[in-house]
Amino acid sequence: LRKNVEDFTGPRERSDLGFVTFDITADILNGKISIFDWNVKQLFLYLSAEYSTKNNALNQVVLWDKIMLRGDNPRLSLKDMKSKYFFFDDGNGLKGNRNITLTLSWNVVPNAGILPLVTGSGHVSVPFPDTYETTKSY
Amino acid sequence: MDLFGDLRRMNKRQLYYQVLNFAMIVSSALMIWKGLIVVTGSESPIVVVLSGSMEPAFHRGDLLFLTNFHHDPIRAGEIVVFKVEGRDIPIVHRVIKVHEKGNGNIKFLTKGDNNEVDDRGLYKEGQNWLEKKDVVGRARGFLPYVGMVTIIMNDYPKFKYALLAVMGAYVLLKRES
Repeated sequence: LRKNVEDFTGPRERSDLGFVTFDITADILNGKISIFDWNVKQLFLYLSAEYSTKNNALNQVVLWDKIMLRGDNPRLSLKDMKSKYFFFDDGNGLKGNRNITLTLSWNVVPNAGILPLVTGSGHVSVPFPDTYETTKSY
Repeated sequence: MDLFGDLRRMNKRQLYYQVLNFAMIVSSALMIWKGLIVVTGSESPIVVVLSGSMEPAFHRGDLLFLTNFHHDPIRAGEIVVFKVEGRDIPIVHRVIKVHEKGNGNIKFLTKGDNNEVDDRGLYKEGQNWLEKKDVVGRARGFLPYVGMVTIIMNDYPKFKYALLAVMGAYVLLKRES
């Protein structure tokens, strides 16, 4: 599991808004055994950013998610993805925050039974710069 | 109409016995339900999915089993069932943002997998976040289709009464030989 990112922050009203681009390479396999056995209907994958700020001891924001159905290609190779959801902080805790951890996790949805939440083994630490970006170009 | 012949032939003692039998079944069911509430910590440990906002994971009519342990903090990615203050309908969606203070105060945002936008439109006027007190429980397990019976009974009350009448008649008239 590997992720690479580059980023910059921008202020919106009174809260920090972070922009992150990332690559994800993932293999949803355990050796030769696929996690998609007879009782797995789908996987709900999500990339979440976890960090602390002065305001809040713990923050978790889901940046991106994807539904992978049984039968879909179990190899993910995504490059230059932008976050699907706005990465707003509850306050101004992103500026200069050196330690934002991005983790890929997934929810296994069975045909019937228990709903486990699994966290992937790789994770990446991302630092945000000390200054705001004042102009944005899309 | 053999059933009614049976009923007339029963004497008072047998009738009381049947009624007590029935009451015992109802009490046991109630006790099991209350026991589940205690064990899971949730006021409603079994809920039926009412909308398609979590498809393709859950469909209308699926049954969800919840727990609500307070020492287990709410984290992003979890599927929670919550009630908006003042409304009775439980909503099953996923937590997408969590902000927790050092003292344990948590506020979080939810969104249905199948919805384009987050749930702020569903919350109370002016409410931007959910808190622990709004949570009925977290989904731990599920069974497909089983909850359809509850939905049918809600949408067609005549079906509900018919079902109750048949169940009542069966229990009252069944004889242990």
